Amino acid sequence: MTTLLPEAPPDGDPPLVQDRPRVVSPGFTTGDQVFRRGTTVIGVLVLVITGAIGLFLGYQSIPTLQRYGLGFFTENQWRPENDVIGISSTLLGTLQVALLALAMAFPLALGTALFITEYAPGRLRSGLVSLIDLMAAIPSIVWGLWGFFLIQPHAKNIARWLTEYAGWVPFFHVDTDPTAALWAQTRFTSSVFIASFPVAMMILPMACAVMRGVFAQAPAGEREAALALGGTQWGAIRTVVIPFGQGGIIGGTMLALGRALGETIAVVLIISPDFDLKVRPLEVGTETVSALIAGRFGEATSAQLSALLTAGFVLFLITLVVNTVAAIFVGRSRSGSATDL
Amino acid sequence: MTVLSERPVRAPAEPTPPAREPRRDVRSRSVDEQLSVPGAAVSAFALVWVAFTYVLPWSGKVGFAFCWLLAFLVILTALTALTSPRPVVVNRLMSALVSAAALVVGLALASAVVYTLVRSAGSLRHLGFFTSDMSGVRPTDPLTRGGVLHAMVGSIIEIAIAVTITVPLGIGTAVFMSEVGGRLAKVVRTVVEAMTALPSIVAGLFIYTVLIIALGFNRSGFAAAMAISVMILPIIARGSDIALRIVPNGLREASLALGSSQWQTVWRVVLPTARPGLTTAVILGIARGVGETSPVLLTSGASTFLGFNPLTGAMNSLPLYVFSAVRSGQTLYIARGFGAASVLLLLVLVLFVIMRRLARQQATR
Repeated sequence: MTTLLPEAPPDGDPPLVQDRPRVVSPGFTTGDQVFRRGTTVIGVLVLVITGAIGLFLGYQSIPTLQRYGLGFFTENQWRPENDVIGISSTLLGTLQVALLALAMAFPLALGTALFITEYAPGRLRSGLVSLIDLMAAIPSIVWGLWGFFLIQPHAKNIARWLTEYAGWVPFFHVDTDPTAALWAQTRFTSSVFIASFPVAMMILPMACAVMRGVFAQAPAGEREAALALGGTQWGAIRTVVIPFGQGGIIGGTMLALGRALGETIAVVLIISPDFDLKVRPLEVGTETVSALIAGRFGEATSAQLSALLTAGFVLFLITLVVNTVAAIFVGRSRSGSATDL
Repeated sequence: MTVLSERPVRAPAEPTPPAREPRRDVRSRSVDEQLSVPGAAVSAFALVWVAFTYVLPWSGKVGFAFCWLLAFLVILTALTALTSPRPVVVNRLMSALVSAAALVVGLALASAVVYTLVRSAGSLRHLGFFTSDMSGVRPTDPLTRGGVLHAMVGSIIEIAIAVTITVPLGIGTAVFMSEVGGRLAKVVRTVVEAMTALPSIVAGLFIYTVLIIALGFNRSGFAAAMAISVMILPIIARGSDIALRIVPNGLREASLALGSSQWQTVWRVVLPTARPGLTTAVILGIARGVGETSPVLLTSGASTFLGFNPLTGAMNSLPLYVFSAVRSGQTLYIARGFGAASVLLLLVLVLFVIMRRLARQQATR
């Protein structure tokens, strides 16, 4: 580009070059545009696929909800042959298994996370972290076998013991005589209590990994300050590590809860289906949404399939809410932004 | 060893240093600290043993272990309270509790692995278990007949299809979300993260309804691979997104400042830097996909014979084989199921070791 120098001003000053801002073009090269278009197409494709699943589930549940209305959530029986369909007992069973599993997993996960970050010798630490990750990779069917064959024979004795001594609390009550010489063993098997063991083991590594990650980021200076002031190790943990990691503790626990709600195979292996609306975790029989789907999809007609999809959709929505809340808590406790060099 | 005794040992000719203060060992533990934990453990064991044998009408190993732990904690607290102020008591009690929690978790993990391997010893002993399928095997046939070859092959075919579909999509989406960005990318990220909440059984039910009921496909390995894909696609996309996001921005800027285009930056700088993280995400997805039973339960059917074509006819896979074998209730079938579970466990273990290797490369970089 040529620039015409302006006429020199008459008073003899040196000629001024008129500087105009250069146009910096932020455009992309053709290759880049292809790249950006290409990844955008993939992103949109994935968005469509995953979004379609959610929409499909929602769409499929419309006829069921129209047919049964709110009764779908209040009815506890699932007898499609009599046109009686509802998920109240199933949802209750799902919540019971998930919450009991969480009650078992939470203290263990918290303790293990604290042990790894605070108590374990430094050279063991990475090995222990690997072990927890390995635990997360163990297939759920293996935990199911573990719960069914190894835990159940012991757990039913524990259940009987609990009923014998605490049966007056409705929560521990079982409809049988636990003190009989030949106690009814089958009343104590296949229960919520036993199903929650393998589920607890499945969700524990997840919760533990999140908690450990947050604890490891606790500021060393504050921890050392607590110790330098003469605090004990637990004092430093209580005043520095746990307050710092609060978001991670809550978030990790909720993530684990989300996983527990959807767990299928271990639960199917252990429980025996029962649609009574009851909160007696030690007693035989319960039903969860995922176990219901696994058990009923085979003989389902299209209307029943829609009902099962509705149950699945409800489960998905619950899990989604739990996971979203978890993400908020986890996100609040550490910065998720890109690392800088 | 030779001892050079003839050489005279000469004392160093330096002035004797001033009387040095003995170095204090800040890690020393008093006798009380050293002995109170084992002491409490022994006394708790003795107490509970007496209680279980003579006093209370209780029995059972699990109950014993639990009571032992409880008694140990109580005795340890009492023992510490004799000599130390309250913060020390709380500290020691909490140390014991935290260690106990870790111990319980370790025991659970070890028991699950060891129990599966021990129970599978009967079926894994026969090499035919790995080289034959279940066609024509009756429930009463001994373990020397039949095996899991068809399930192993089925698992591999299904996961191979799923990986072929999900890895380009997952990593492509991650690149879109973290490199291209924009408002659309935020929407995609939100939806992908939401779909990680999809329970695996619902993924299976979705494919079952769409592919098998509505479109009339057979129950086949392909349908199972689709269900696995639906399940692991959000996992891989999200894991890859995190792996890309921790690539330092300085690297991107340096590459762009050298004049390379965005495509070159992504292909030659960002992706190679994130490769260990991406591999971890993929392997995590594979491990999840191989081990999950519920999607294949609804979609693949369960064949008893070896088949290589995923498009026609039923196919079996390891988790499904385990599930149906255990559900059958036959003793011999349960033994086979444990054998298949061990094979599955070892497969996941191998994947896991590869993953750790790659992650360690990332750490040392």
